[in-house]
Amino acid sequence: MQQLLDQLIQEGNFPGVPKEIVYAAAMLLAAFAVLSFFVAPLAGVTSWLERRVWARMQSRVGPNRVGPQGILQWLADGIKNLLKEDIIPAAADKWLFCMAPYVVFVGFLATFVVIPFGSQLIVADLNIGILYLLAVTSLVVVGILMAGWASNNKWSLLGGMRSAAQIVSYEIPAGLAVLTIIFAAGTMSMQGIIKAQGWAPWDWLLFYNPFTFGAFFLYFTAALAEGNRTPFDIPEAESELVAGYVTEYSGMRFLFFFFAEWGNLYVIGAIATTLFLGGWQVPPIPWVTDQPVLLAILQFVVFFVKAYFWVFVAMWVRGTLPRVRVDQLMSLCWKYMVPLSFVCLLGTAGWMVLFPRGNRLASVGMFLVGVAILLQFAKRVRYQIRHARPELYWKPYI
Amino acid sequence: MSTLVGYVNNITETVTTIFEGMAITFSHFARRPMTIQYPDRIEKPVQETLPLRYRGILEVDLDICTGCLACERVCPITCITIGIEMNKETKQRAFSHFDIDICKCMYCGLCAEICPTGSIRHSQEFEGACYNPAGLVRHFAKEPVPLYKPKKGGETDPKLAMKAEVGLKYLDEFATPEGKAAGAEEG
Repeated sequence: MQQLLDQLIQEGNFPGVPKEIVYAAAMLLAAFAVLSFFVAPLAGVTSWLERRVWARMQSRVGPNRVGPQGILQWLADGIKNLLKEDIIPAAADKWLFCMAPYVVFVGFLATFVVIPFGSQLIVADLNIGILYLLAVTSLVVVGILMAGWASNNKWSLLGGMRSAAQIVSYEIPAGLAVLTIIFAAGTMSMQGIIKAQGWAPWDWLLFYNPFTFGAFFLYFTAALAEGNRTPFDIPEAESELVAGYVTEYSGMRFLFFFFAEWGNLYVIGAIATTLFLGGWQVPPIPWVTDQPVLLAILQFVVFFVKAYFWVFVAMWVRGTLPRVRVDQLMSLCWKYMVPLSFVCLLGTAGWMVLFPRGNRLASVGMFLVGVAILLQFAKRVRYQIRHARPELYWKPYI
Repeated sequence: MSTLVGYVNNITETVTTIFEGMAITFSHFARRPMTIQYPDRIEKPVQETLPLRYRGILEVDLDICTGCLACERVCPITCITIGIEMNKETKQRAFSHFDIDICKCMYCGLCAEICPTGSIRHSQEFEGACYNPAGLVRHFAKEPVPLYKPKKGGETDPKLAMKAEVGLKYLDEFATPEGKAAGAEEG
């Protein structure tokens, strides 16, 4: 990107304009393009898909009227929210109240800087990419606390405090699980971590050793908690806190919080894919690797499918598990996940002392264990289908 | 030691129960949703799928109504109003009006039970939405209709015979607890 801009400046395309302003304009343009052509439709479609997936799990249909199978439902919702009145409570701290959604949104959108969609498709390959990710996602806590405090409402304040406690607590197991991968990959750069893996599943860091396998589930659980997703959605628990920190928000400001939540799902999936599932690595097919454009598209598709699968899993978990209590949430984090993530971290460290170049046999073994788990899962699903003797309906739409 | 066992047990239980729960929710993708997409995306109108003894909006077949006023008298909220006039020239009695206020009707079914010919009965119709309460008053006698006189030894007019048979069948199935259809429905 910078080389292209430098070349354009050299050719005299922007006479008399300082270099910095050209850079700044280009950055704004890129951010705008990413936001409006990728992030916004993605978050919107995710919101629709979540409602459909959730509905099917509850033997319902879900929104299927706006557009084919309801795929444009998010546009209808967005327009509705735009047209709604933007209410600011009289007793609220107006400035903080108005700023909070943007802080949350920035904390979520800034993660897209380091998400590698392909070997070339990355905004900036920072050498501390994963550290940057952990840092900017913490900005969300600030926004949520701002929203909770500025609303001047007991539900909001309670929700904001819960959210802060939850996100700060779960950053520890998430950080330790990420550290396990940094150990194994030997780098903090997102592209570097992907390059440390291969296209084949047994080359993924997920199957590097039993400890990284465990770290993956710890990371995913902690990431769900950080994203305020069910079963960890106590900050916005409807049954006890009305809507938590978003209680007083309406219209577009309300939508910004949920925009960030749904977009954040994809970020969780993308980070999990980068760290554990080989990112954009594609098999070396001869007629594809010669063509850079085709290769980039293939890498993007591979990355997107892997990342979006975890978005689906998050929806699936939401459709399965009930909400935990606050004390259960904290005991799960501090009594179980933090010790276990330390076990994973130290185990990987010990593993690296024992096998400095990795252990191929163990990787393949772990891969087979993963396949065995999947087979067992398929068996259980089959049992459930047979046991319930439902009216079968395999089509994904209705 | 037991603390450690409990700790490990907690972890295994968490993992296995979540595993099982996820299998159950996933199996729902193979099930047909229960939702009936009323009113536009259903295979046949809901009215046709309702059971025989469904108490929908009342309907009257004036062709086989004898004008005995049993329904008007039995109605606990007097939502049925019947007017009968004598035609001076032909000496024939006819309905001047036969109105049922669906607004008031509580679907108790007493009128349908007491009717000797089964001319007043519950239909399968339930969509009564209307902009004005007056629109819910059903006028069955738009113009004077002569009363029905049951003939001795069965009905001779084939059209009326069919209607009388429908009414009696309805009475048989609806008003008699040991009616055939009732038994079949419960079984």
